[in-house]
Amino acid sequence: MGDFFTVSVLVATLASGIRLGTPFLLAGLGETIGQRSGVLNLGVEGVMLLGAFSAYYVTLETGSAVYGIFGAIVVGLIMGLVYAFITLVMHAQQGISGIGMYLFGLGFTDLLFQKNVGTPKPIRGLGEVNIPLLSDIPKVGEIFFQHSLPVYFAFALVPLVWFMINKTTFGLNIRAVGETPEAADTLGVSVNMTRLATMLIGSTMASLAGAALALEVGIFQQNLTSGQGFIAIALVYFGAWRSYGVMLGALLFGIVQATVLQLKTLGIVEGANSSLLAMAPAVLTIVVLVIVSRRVAAPGALTRPFDRSA
Amino acid sequence: MLLALGANPITGYAALIDGAFGGWDELADTSIKAMPLLLVGVGICIAFRAGVINIGGEGQIIAGAIASTVVALALPDLPRIMLVPLVLVGGAVGGGIWGAIPGALKAYAGVNEILSTIMMNLVAAQFLSFLLQDLLTDKASGAIKIQQTERLTENADLPLLPGGTRLHLGVLIAILIAVLGYVLLFRSALGVRLRAVGHNANASRYAGMPVKKSIVQALAFSGACAGVAGAVLVFGSESHRLIADGGASGFTQSAGFNGIVAALFGGLSPLAVIPAAFFFGGMLTGGIALQQELQVPAALIVALNGIVVLFVVASLKLKTRLRAWAEAVGSEGSGGTASPPPEPARGPAGREASDG
Repeated sequence: MGDFFTVSVLVATLASGIRLGTPFLLAGLGETIGQRSGVLNLGVEGVMLLGAFSAYYVTLETGSAVYGIFGAIVVGLIMGLVYAFITLVMHAQQGISGIGMYLFGLGFTDLLFQKNVGTPKPIRGLGEVNIPLLSDIPKVGEIFFQHSLPVYFAFALVPLVWFMINKTTFGLNIRAVGETPEAADTLGVSVNMTRLATMLIGSTMASLAGAALALEVGIFQQNLTSGQGFIAIALVYFGAWRSYGVMLGALLFGIVQATVLQLKTLGIVEGANSSLLAMAPAVLTIVVLVIVSRRVAAPGALTRPFDRSA
Repeated sequence: MLLALGANPITGYAALIDGAFGGWDELADTSIKAMPLLLVGVGICIAFRAGVINIGGEGQIIAGAIASTVVALALPDLPRIMLVPLVLVGGAVGGGIWGAIPGALKAYAGVNEILSTIMMNLVAAQFLSFLLQDLLTDKASGAIKIQQTERLTENADLPLLPGGTRLHLGVLIAILIAVLGYVLLFRSALGVRLRAVGHNANASRYAGMPVKKSIVQALAFSGACAGVAGAVLVFGSESHRLIADGGASGFTQSAGFNGIVAALFGGLSPLAVIPAAFFFGGMLTGGIALQQELQVPAALIVALNGIVVLFVVASLKLKTRLRAWAEAVGSEGSGGTASPPPEPARGPAGREASDG
């Protein structure tokens, strides 16, 4: 039995909360961009798994995590194209096709893993990069400035995504297409091209989120993401379709996960009760959705396909 | 990529078809696999027709299984003729409540039901794991904690059907529920209301229909069907225990997701889901044979299901366009509510197998 409320444990929990929040943040930001343009991609979980596996496998084969990340980017782009074809060209129902993407990712990564890897082999991840000076600050440095590159990358994206959505022409197009595609079309904005772009970005970021997760834990296993992609989608609602809100949500969930892990490692909660504790993120998601659902309206054209002839 | 079914490795497909439909025992196994798919699929028809996307089949199966197990544990001495219906009702109630929660959250708090049902799946899976390690665990298992209950009372076993196969009463129950689902959706006032809400919620509201109540009802009925599947899975299983096998899907065999595939394949019409579920049951049992023949992991089937979902949803829109065109040309539609026949298996089933 250990004590949770000691300085070193709290610092470690917060630091790992930031680390664990990173996949949520990457996937959530990508989904935010997509949803602002009116596309609901429920396949995030599947794309994350595919990204995680490709990063893991390429790293395992080449020995370099950099190639692994490139692999994940390529897979993300391919899945973005597939989803764009299904929803933009075929006009398939977005909710259900996302579930199809999820099942495909779940089964396909498991299949490839069993066929090509078999027994779990650990890979060397990216390692931590300590920010000079800042990481030397006691406590604060440990919490914020001793992480791997994807962590810094994800948090640096938050203001960038905000800027892109709110301050650029492309962002204006995204919002126009997501609210009233008909009006945007009248003004000469190509609805489907804009959506294709956001889907490629979103899918790539989901894939990178999976890669970040795989490189962080240094292993792949069946259903590695275990629902994180779905939670990331919920975080978009939580964050009211704004990048800073999504970041808050990602941090919240990262810290909850870190706390759950810490309580287990310290032996404060054990056995059957740890299953009860593992329900926490899902229950929290539902509670959060209840609180935020009536607060901010979703993009007007979310899930609505655009067809000029209709 | 989309190769026709015949253009695939002959041995693999021969194994798949032979393993699924090759004899009485195989047909019985296929039917057993099809049962939960049919039950969940009927529930999915009800929810989707009412405009509610229910992804919570997995959780609702688990809730139904837990509730029915509790009934059997509480009343072990009741005669079979009373206990079997009771555990089925218990399953329906458990699943129904698990479905009604996201229904109420959608209706009264505006929570997206896709997300809440997914979260309810995660909650149910962990809760089951908790129960099986704690309150409901098999006391006989001793020090090694296996996540399972004791062998449940024989009075709750679903009786085997005559014929010497493993086929049990669950098949008849599933078909009965499919018929009831059809009656509910297409031959009752409630069904008209649910479908109206699903078709156009605003118009239904102006017409004075209780839209919110309808959403809750749709998800409750949908969950109840999945809950019965949970009860059937427990009391029709060979071990007659409630088990969490530690895998991602556990005893549910992913029926909560696969049932969606079956329902979509059956054109969201409960009666057409019967052959669709049977076909997918065949894919699952045949998949095991295929897997042994070609030495590919069972995960292939999950990946295939994903592709089938994508393919079916992508083709739905195409079908409505074709139908609109056909109607414009002047051919008479065969009644508004008539179900389209389940699509023949093509393309997607062949696509991955040729790679693997």
